[in-house]
Amino acid sequence: MKRIYVLIFLTFLFNSCEKKDCCVNFDPVNVTVKFTHNWDGIPINQNDFDNFKFTTENGELISIDLLRYVVSNVTIGQISKKYQLINVGENTGTEIVLNQVPKGNNFVKFRFGFADVDNVDGVYQDLNSTSFNVPMMMGGGYHYMQFDGKYKDSNNQDANFNYHTIRAVNMSNPMNLILEDTSFEVEIGTIEFSKNTTIEIKMNVAEWFKNPNLWDLNVLNTVLMPNFDAQKLMSENGRNVFSLGEISNE
Amino acid sequence: MTKNWVFLSLIFLLMNCSSKEEDLYAPVAYNLEIPSLFSQKLIAPIIPANNPLTQEGVALGKKLFFEKLLSKDNTQSCATCHNPQNAFSDSQQFSVGIDGKKGFRNAMPLFNLAWNFDELFNWDGSEFSLENQAFEPVRNPIEMHETWKNVTQKLQNHPEYPTLFKKAFGIATIDSVLITKAIAQFERTLISGNSKFDRFLRGETTLTPEEENGFNVFMDEAKGDCFHCHGSNNNPLWTDNLFHNNGLDKTFSDLGLGAKTGDPKDNGKFKSPSIRNLAFTAPYMHDGRFTTLEEVINHYSEGLQFSSTIDPLMKKVSQGGVQLSAKDKADLKAFLLSLSDVEFINNPSFKNP
Repeated sequence: MKRIYVLIFLTFLFNSCEKKDCCVNFDPVNVTVKFTHNWDGIPINQNDFDNFKFTTENGELISIDLLRYVVSNVTIGQISKKYQLINVGENTGTEIVLNQVPKGNNFVKFRFGFADVDNVDGVYQDLNSTSFNVPMMMGGGYHYMQFDGKYKDSNNQDANFNYHTIRAVNMSNPMNLILEDTSFEVEIGTIEFSKNTTIEIKMNVAEWFKNPNLWDLNVLNTVLMPNFDAQKLMSENGRNVFSLGEISNE
Repeated sequence: MTKNWVFLSLIFLLMNCSSKEEDLYAPVAYNLEIPSLFSQKLIAPIIPANNPLTQEGVALGKKLFFEKLLSKDNTQSCATCHNPQNAFSDSQQFSVGIDGKKGFRNAMPLFNLAWNFDELFNWDGSEFSLENQAFEPVRNPIEMHETWKNVTQKLQNHPEYPTLFKKAFGIATIDSVLITKAIAQFERTLISGNSKFDRFLRGETTLTPEEENGFNVFMDEAKGDCFHCHGSNNNPLWTDNLFHNNGLDKTFSDLGLGAKTGDPKDNGKFKSPSIRNLAFTAPYMHDGRFTTLEEVINHYSEGLQFSSTIDPLMKKVSQGGVQLSAKDKADLKAFLLSLSDVEFINNPSFKNP
């Protein structure tokens, strides 16, 4: 009889442990990936647009008129979102919510722009509707970023720039375009999640003009989409643009 | 005696039921005929939850669109300035109101309005939603110059309208909200998506070499670079529905979006119109300053004027524009005309009943 009591007690204990273990380790959380934008640490918001108030590393005073870009495969562990358009001037798309993220350590990463496999011409209705496409003569698919503005040129006159990043294309033979995927993955690293969490991803816009390629807007300003070399330079500079900001729990 | 009372009560009850049934008359849902390229390439059109399209509502809206009772002297309707033959725009530079006064902007064409996703209408984005936009022309002193009170009274006394409103909205008492709702329903059915270029994209026809080159000029960032604002084969609206200063003037007599927002950074910005149906919508620009497409193309090629709010996409402004060759200009025009939708302007569903 005593044995039976012990057995029942152990069975109860075992079941109880199993249940507790399940709830503690596998209860999912919601994670918000929040994109913020700054110029060498000074926050950029909607009111800063269309004003000459930022100076590039090369010394050109610029205004930002339009800044919108795509991030794709935003991934936390096994959970991901395919893509999202972020429009800084309109303050739309800056937050991406990933639900059902398992508690514990998860690797966080995303891609700036689209990898070739996802950069399929005309398939994303929301991006078509907002005219984010790249003409087929330049390989089709979508912009990675549209960054338009003005700069004070070497004569201190206002001039325009269109810093548009796309898949690099060599158009020297229109019948045989040479394409190079210039999107890039941004690895944020492993973060431990125990509660609903917001992760800040900071874009330092100044970095697009800085590192490793010092950008002279008097030389490279417009018609950069069909400029194969310029696309590669922009892609290289983009690798230093994003960083991890604050992590906050609810 | 008791039997009689029961009988009378039943009859009364039946009559009462019948009356309630009439009150509950439900209009029939109207299914928009969405062109295949639109449904394939674009997100869904905007249909407000509080104004769904119905067959009765659209029919009423059409009748109201052509109804001259909306103006003070019963001489002008919406269609007076938004002529179907001109893709619902006005061939005059400035429309003339009932008192002979002229406006100061060219009447915008009306089509594919349900795909204006931000729902900002007019050249300066001054009206949010089609329903709100429809309020303005009736009471505008240089347009129809009427009061909504008079309009509703005229329609209420009309032999047909109370019944038509009852069928469309279940209410025979007419008011301005129902009138604008009906007009907006009709306007949402004005869909243009069957030009030669649409047929080309659907594989039903081929382009001439001139049209093909013109399309390439349109799409080439080093040439026309028109696609950033005016859509593409992947955006069959052929507009971004946004507001730009496209370099028309050095100084502004009309502030455009800036007058609406009060922000000097918006001065000189106007909505990008769709480049569909340009064959029917002359004159061009918000003030109808250009009478031909050649003038429009020359503007972007050599005529850009610098101002502080000029759009950065107006590249080479210091040289006056993108400097197209004569052949590229001619071919660009050929391509633009391939977006003309003759079926749209002749569609009997959009004409005066």
